[in-house]
Amino acid sequence: MSFPKLAEAFAENSIRVLAAALDREHAIELAGDLLVASGRVTPEYVSAMVDVLETHGPYFVIAPAMALAHSKPSDSVISTGLSLVTLAEPIVFGNEANDPVKLVIGLCATDHDAHIEIMAELSRLLSDDITVNILLNARDTEEIRSIF
Amino acid sequence: MKIIAVCGMGIGTSVLLKMNAEKVLSQLGIDATVEATDMKTARESTDAELILTTPDLAQLLTGLKSEVITIDHFFDLEEIAKKLSASLL
Repeated sequence: MSFPKLAEAFAENSIRVLAAALDREHAIELAGDLLVASGRVTPEYVSAMVDVLETHGPYFVIAPAMALAHSKPSDSVISTGLSLVTLAEPIVFGNEANDPVKLVIGLCATDHDAHIEIMAELSRLLSDDITVNILLNARDTEEIRSIF
Repeated sequence: MKIIAVCGMGIGTSVLLKMNAEKVLSQLGIDATVEATDMKTARESTDAELILTTPDLAQLLTGLKSEVITIDHFFDLEEIAKKLSASLL
């Protein structure tokens, strides 16, 4: 299996493992900060990602232990991309079916359609027990990069 | 038949849901289009027969004509298949 679109979407400095999150807002910020660090968004986008939790609830916890933190296309998005952070201690987001969260993926897109191929690969990555297991248990970022 | 997959922003969660719903619909042999959309568009969308979304967002989507189906685990095709066939077959 290979994920060429994901290899591009995860720019340098967009992945971090075993980070310490204080709460769910902080966990979202950690994923957002990686989008900033990898040049995808301005810091305003990170605040917008946290606002989504406030306005819509923890709906973006889409599968057991996994959250897809994102806001919407705006001026604060520089280019479409992804980030990924695994948490040293799982965090409860308030999503009954899928708590606690161990993996937060950050997503930003410049429009509604350009990232569809990336999302298809992301869906494939997160549907596969083997790759999910590698993501959840990685001890360094290279282990994660090696999947793509 | 038109189905809409709804998330807060219309670019992340709903796109993943749309992709997996399409996979399941084709396995079930159901002819339907699935559109990924945000909450605002969903509220204005009157021609969708079915709305797919998450339990959290379903609470914010009350009072619509269309039937709402909630999905817990987006990559569990069995869950999606079970819920879609209960409604459509």
